[in-house]
This record gives sequence, structure tokens and C-alpha cells, in this order.
Amino acid sequence: MTALLTIIVLVFILIAIWQMVKIFDLAQAKNENTTAGVATDKDNTINGYLMMGFLAFIYVITIVSCVKWGDLPLMSNSASAHGPTIDNLMVISMVIIFFVQTVTQFLLHYFAFKYKGEKGKKALFFADNNKLEFIWTIIPVIVLAGLIIYGLNTWINIMGVDESDDPLVVELYAQQFNWKARYGGADNTLGKANVRLIDIDRANILGLDESDPNAQDDIITTELHLPVGRPVLFKMRSQDVLHSAYMPHFRAQMNCVPGMITQFGFTPTVTTAEMRQTPQMQEKVKNINEIRVEKSKKLIEKGGDPLDPYEFDYLLLCNKICGKSHYNMQMKIVVETEEEYNAWIKEQKEFKNSLIN
Amino acid sequence: MSAHADTHAHDDHGHHHKETFVTKYIFSQDHKMIAKQYLITGTIMGVIGVLMSLMFRMQIAWPEEPNVIFEALLGKWAPDGVMDADIYLALVTIHGTIMVFFVLTAGLSGTFSNLLIPLQIGARDMASGFLNMVSYWLFFLSSVIMVISLFVEAGPAAAGWTIYPPLSALPLAQGGSGAGMTLWLVSMAIFIASSLLGSLNYIVTVINLRTKGMSMTRLPLTIWAFFITAVIGVISFPVLLSAALLLIMDRSFGTSFFLSDIFIQGEVLHYQGGSPVLFEHLFWFLGHPEVYIVILPAMGLVSEIMASNSRKPIFGYRAMIASILAIAFLSTIVWGHHMFISGMNPFLGSVFTFTTLLIAIPSAVKAFNWITTLWKGNLQMNPAMLFSIGFVSTFITGGLTGIILGDSALDINVHDTYFVVAHFHLVMGISALYGMFAGIYHWFPRMFGRMLNKNLGYIHFWVTAVCAYGVFFPMHFIGMAGLPRRYYTNSNFPLFDDVANVNVIITIFALVGGVVQIVYLYNFFASIFFGKKSPQNPWRSTTLEWTAPVEHMHGNWPGEIPHVHRWAYDYSKPGHDEDFVPQNIPLKDGEEELQH
Repeated sequence: MTALLTIIVLVFILIAIWQMVKIFDLAQAKNENTTAGVATDKDNTINGYLMMGFLAFIYVITIVSCVKWGDLPLMSNSASAHGPTIDNLMVISMVIIFFVQTVTQFLLHYFAFKYKGEKGKKALFFADNNKLEFIWTIIPVIVLAGLIIYGLNTWINIMGVDESDDPLVVELYAQQFNWKARYGGADNTLGKANVRLIDIDRANILGLDESDPNAQDDIITTELHLPVGRPVLFKMRSQDVLHSAYMPHFRAQMNCVPGMITQFGFTPTVTTAEMRQTPQMQEKVKNINEIRVEKSKKLIEKGGDPLDPYEFDYLLLCNKICGKSHYNMQMKIVVETEEEYNAWIKEQKEFKNSLIN
Repeated sequence: MSAHADTHAHDDHGHHHKETFVTKYIFSQDHKMIAKQYLITGTIMGVIGVLMSLMFRMQIAWPEEPNVIFEALLGKWAPDGVMDADIYLALVTIHGTIMVFFVLTAGLSGTFSNLLIPLQIGARDMASGFLNMVSYWLFFLSSVIMVISLFVEAGPAAAGWTIYPPLSALPLAQGGSGAGMTLWLVSMAIFIASSLLGSLNYIVTVINLRTKGMSMTRLPLTIWAFFITAVIGVISFPVLLSAALLLIMDRSFGTSFFLSDIFIQGEVLHYQGGSPVLFEHLFWFLGHPEVYIVILPAMGLVSEIMASNSRKPIFGYRAMIASILAIAFLSTIVWGHHMFISGMNPFLGSVFTFTTLLIAIPSAVKAFNWITTLWKGNLQMNPAMLFSIGFVSTFITGGLTGIILGDSALDINVHDTYFVVAHFHLVMGISALYGMFAGIYHWFPRMFGRMLNKNLGYIHFWVTAVCAYGVFFPMHFIGMAGLPRRYYTNSNFPLFDDVANVNVIITIFALVGGVVQIVYLYNFFASIFFGKKSPQNPWRSTTLEWTAPVEHMHGNWPGEIPHVHRWAYDYSKPGHDEDFVPQNIPLKDGEEELQH
């Protein structure tokens, strides 16, 4: 209903504008002997000032966005060992971007205002200047060289997996529209698997090779638990279409591709409990809960149920379009101490015990 | 060449030969009529594409709320006025397809390459008028098929405009991957054929049919842009065609090019040994050059309009050509930056990061050259000029975030979020659209012999400009907050509740921006019939198209084709009374031909 009303209002505004233009046109037609449809000095002046106004608008929308929504982004508060390096690079890139954006937009709009046309004025015939062009070729070259070197260094460090760290190996298994995690069990080795071995009747839902000794102690879960401080190596698999395992708080993402195994490794550094205690997170959660209370009020008015209050949890989201319920394909991630993790994993069923015979 | 043109003139143009309604308006071989056909078809597709975006924006802002518009337009896909999740994805998919291919490729390149190449290089028509006609009608056919695909029982294609398999290959995975996807693929295959015929024609025409004196270094930048765009199109579009054909084989004939090891809806499929990553490579080998196919013509139009309206030569003509060539070359070796996290070897990611960030250099040169073109000019603020300045503004804003997305390490976290949506809409969507609008405002008199209403143009520009920033600027922030794109609703993630109000603001800007396009449509269609009559050279430009008579004639010029004696940018040249010297005016005694 709101949408409809908005549209009706818009249409009226448009009609009003339309009428005003008609009046403006009629008024102009009389005292002009220039070609219809070509800008006059008056048009140049008005639009020149509007250009400055537009420059102000760009600056204002930038500042407002940064102030209002600048604390939403995931630029700090990362929860993985490599997170801060990505965040640093992000901040450096952002500073460069904001600087260049501010200066170039100023020049563009200011020139549009300053040199607005007047009858009888003649423009400067200025077709080329090698020195200028050299300057603005070489400056981007230097800046980009720095960004490329820093960026590649970061990328190689993140993507290079060091097997000697004895990482915890976890399989992330994607299907329309949910996630499963598989742990290697006591031997920390994942058993062989292929979707052709899936046997729903026997509850072999990930297609593990029942004859593989490594598969016997594998553990399949619907929540992802990770011990803090230990490197984790994820092996991604998908049974149907492309999915993407996106763990924004850990600055981690990798596609899950049917027919092949992809991988991504990181070390979680902040437990869920610790993250909930950070001031930024507490403020974010408080803010979200205020919004949810407002929403709940409206829902109750309509005769629905109120929303549950929000409590922070790390999440794994699907970030590659995968079908109808793509928007609701998620898994909770719990980062906890080694002891908590060990206690949790002990309660989970091993593969050989989870089969139905 | 000129002998051919002259006999042609004698045969056809001394007298009007009889044309029926069908040969003049429908199966026309005249490049000016074909340009108008492209423009109007592109406009209709554009209206469909924009309407779709407004619908899914309303769903994002007010998720799952009943809406009479949905009920009216979506029918069974909006039971009780609530948009269905499948049709949401279909709208997103078809919006992308239509805007990228049908509006900003065919609508933009098709219109202006056809209109301007013969007129600006001094040719009677395209090298092959017949191929040109076939090209348009194939485009029309593919548009019709794409529109028909919206009405199939199981829904239109809904796998995203990138149609990655297996989602796009398996009707079991998604309703839209049935007949809807088949029609999508057929439509695109025809579209590619149309695009190739057009591109080959443009290339041949520019190389062979330039008038006397029109050397490559005297060509207006528009022609350089169209020429290089056509070359990129010929190089990359066939690769998409092959990808589409292989996908058709996988879908209909049981091959396994892109599919392997799939278990879906309780059954194992027979596919073995293929790889979806191969499809991604093939798709983006076109897909990335495609964004330059979209933006280069806009750059050409903007360069020309800026010079003409600044009454100044374009700054750094040769650097502009060099940067077009550099961008074109680099555009073919950067496709992997769409695939950093696709599972391909991370070393490849490093290579693509390197090549991708290099593109920033020629782009920066272009931006600075445009800004310098304004410096000490005598700026005529016609609507076309406003759109050109707007183009540079959004190109910078959108382009700058490319250094984040092109950097593989940073892409990990913003890949496929709204940050990407903001980036590419500003840098190639809005920018190219501005380029197209600028071109339409500037060359409307050349197309229809009448002027567009400038005051409506001003309103159109300023409201659109504010809304474009209002829509896409805040999107960067919700993207950095980790919000994935292509989510039907975010209400299942309390984590994102604090961005819900941002989405409402974005949608309101989108609605205003969408509705104000009615002003433009009114101006466009009303001016075709009732606009003020245009003089021969309303903007006092130097290029050849303004030396041809206002009234369209087959063959463009009565009598001989003008010869060219100077480059296209002699604006405000010292030693001349007027502030522009058309290309067909011979050099004065002792005048030096400045050419940079």
C-alpha cells in the first residue's frame, strides 16, 4: 500500500513539473531569438550553479553515508588471523579512493561552473600537453604499483596453505538449500566421498565411501564449530549447483563447485563469546534489537508473532545464486575454546554409527 | 572507393527512387533508418528492463508485502500480490540480460554506430546495407524471443544474467531452467549473430569507405570508439556463442561439458567429467570485454559532445585513441577477476589482479583528459553536455571502487555483495546510459530533423543524476556490511536488520528515478512529431554529419561527398572568426594543421 501511495504522489509531482516546464517554455519563447532547444547564456548560468550544487550533493551523500552507515561495514572487528591484513588493505584503498574522488569531482564540477558559456567569449585552443599527460599517467602507475604489490602479497599469504601447521580439516558440503560440515574425526582425515555413493535410505547423505577406513570416524554436523587459534582448512564440495561459502566475519569465501573440491584456510582468533562482548558488536546488536522491537510492534498489530531478540552469531552464508531459497541458505558458526570444542565434538555421532542398516 | 560512391550517387541519388512503406520503414537498408529502428527497439526493451528493476527493488525494500503492481503485472507469480521467490530471481536475471545486451549493447552501439559511422566518415551508407538490415532484424527477433520467454509456464530464465551451470542447465534445480532458459539461449545465440554482422559491417565501413582526406588520425573519437568496440565484439562474442551452444548440448543432448557428479532431488545424474568453471571462463571471456563494448561507445559519444559543447578541442586526442586501444587490449586479458574465488588456481588470481589493476591507468588518463577539456572552455550547457559531465562523474565514482574489486585479496570479502552491484551499475550501467542519453540529446536533430525540448531535458538530467547517486552510493555500504546480492529478502538474517532502512531509501530513489524517465519518453516521442524544426547544424559542430541536409536522403549528401581537410576538433582555433571550423573547410593559406 505504501508503495502504491508513493507512486501516486510521484505521478502528481511529475505532472506538476510538466506543467511548470510548459509555462517556462512559453515564457521563454517570446524573448529569445536564438535557436529553440539550444542552451542560452541563462541556461548556462543556471546549470553552472546547479553543477556546484550537485558537487555539494555528492559530498553530502558521502558524508551522510559514512556517518550513518560507515560503522556497518566489516572493516574492523575481523575474527581471523588474516583478517586485519585484508582490512588494512581495504582502508588504504578507501583512503586513496576518497582522496581521488573528492579532488576529481571537485575539478569536474567546478570547471563546469567556472567556465560556463557566455556569448562572445572564446575558449582557449588547448589541444595537448605532453608534460601534463605524462604526470597523470605516471601517478596512477606509481599508486597502482604499490597497490598491486601489497595486494598480491596479501593474496598469496591468504591462499597459500601451510600443511605443516597441522590444520583442522573440515569439509563444507553444500546442497540446495542447506550446509553440512564434515570433520575428519580422530585421524583428522576425511574419508573418500562421491555423490554417486549417496544412499538416502541408509542415511549416507554426503556419499561417503563406506569401505574407506578414513571415513568411519568422520563426523557430519549441521553446525560449524571451530576451536579458536587453530588453523582450519576447509574443503568445499557441492552436490547440485554452484554455491559459495561466505563467512564475512572471517574475511573468507570460496565457491563450492560440483565435481571438484575447492579449499580455503584461515585461523579463527576470536570466540563467539568474546565477539559478543566487544563494544562494537554490543552496539550493533542493541541497534538491531531496537529495530526488531519496532518491527514486532507492527507484526503484532497485524496479528502476527513478535520477532525473537537477536543475539550475535558468526554465520556461513550462501553467496552464489543457487535457486529459489538461495536467500535462506545459512549455517551457524561457533568459535569456542579448545576444551569446549572437544566436548562438543565428542557428543557428535561418528559416520559408522550414524548409518541405518 | 570514391569512384564507387560517385556512380552510386548518379544511380540512386540524383532522383528519389520509389520507396514503399515497407522498404522505407520496415525492411530498410538505409543506415539512418536502421539506427532509429535500433533506438526504438532498445528503448522499448529498456522500459521493460527498468520496470523489472523497480519491481524487485520494491520487494527488497518491503519484503513479502502485497503490492497491487505485482498482482497486476506478475499474475500467477504474485499470489495475493506477494512476489514469488522464483520470479524475483527471474526479474533480476532478465533485467541484467536486457539492460546489458539489448539496451546498452544493441540500443547504444547499434543506434550510434549505424547513425554516425557513414555520416561522420563521409560515406553514402554502410558497406553492406543488406547485412545491416539482417543485423537489425536478427536483433528484433532475439528481442521478441526474449520477451516471449517471460511468458512460459515454468517461468523465465532465473539463474542470474551470467547463467552459470549447473543451475542454468538443470530444470530440476530451478523452474526457470526449463523452457525459459532454452528460449534465453536461443535468443542470445541470435543476438550474437546480429551483433557479429553489425560489427563486421562497422569495421569494413570504417576501414574502406572514408571520404577523401579522412585519414585515421582525423577521425572523430566517436568513430574510433565504435571501430574498436566492433573489433572487441568480433573477438569475444563468438566465445559466448560457443559457451551457449555447449550449454545447449549439455541441457538437451546429454553431454557433460560443464557438469559432473550431480545429485539432485533424490537422483544421481549421469554427467561426468565436465566443469562449471570452464563455463565461467568462456562466459567471462566475453563477459568482461562486454562491459567495454558497452562503455567505449559511450566514451566516444561523450568525448565528441564535450569538445563540441566546450567549444574546445578534445584534450589529448592521440592519448584518447591510445587509451581506447589500451583498454581494448587489456579488456581481453582480465576476465578472471570475476572468478577469484571460483576455485581456479590462486596463481591465476594473481595474474588477473595485475592485468585488471592496469586498466585503471588508461581509464585515469581518459578521465583527466575530459576534465582538462572543460578547463578554460566556453561551456554550452545543453542537456547532452550535462549528461556527458554526469558520465564522467559516475565513471569516476564507479571506476574507483574497481581497484578494490580487482584486487583479489579484497574481492574475497566483497565478491557478490551489493558492493559489486554498486560498482558496476555506476561505472558501466549508469555511465553508459548517460552516454546514450547524451548521444540522443545531441544527435536527435540529426535523426529526426527536430529538436528535443531542452527544459524537459534539464529536468530529466538533474532528477536522474540525483537519483542515480541516491540509489547506488549507499549500496557500497550495505555491500561492505556483507549483504549478498540476489537475496529475495534479508529478513532471515537478523544480522542485516540494520541495513533494511537503507534498502528503503534506495528503493525510493529508484522509484523517483524510474518515474522521471517518463519525462524523457514523452519528450522523445512528442518531439519526433511536434518538436521545433532543427537547423542544419544546431550545436555548431565540426563533424561531417552536420554538413548533410536536415531532410534525410538515401546516400546522405546530394551531389559529391564533402572532402576532409582537417581533424574533427578545430574549435575556437585562433585565426578564425567563428569558434568552429568544420572538417570540410580547406586550410587557409599558411594555416597549420594542428593535430594532437
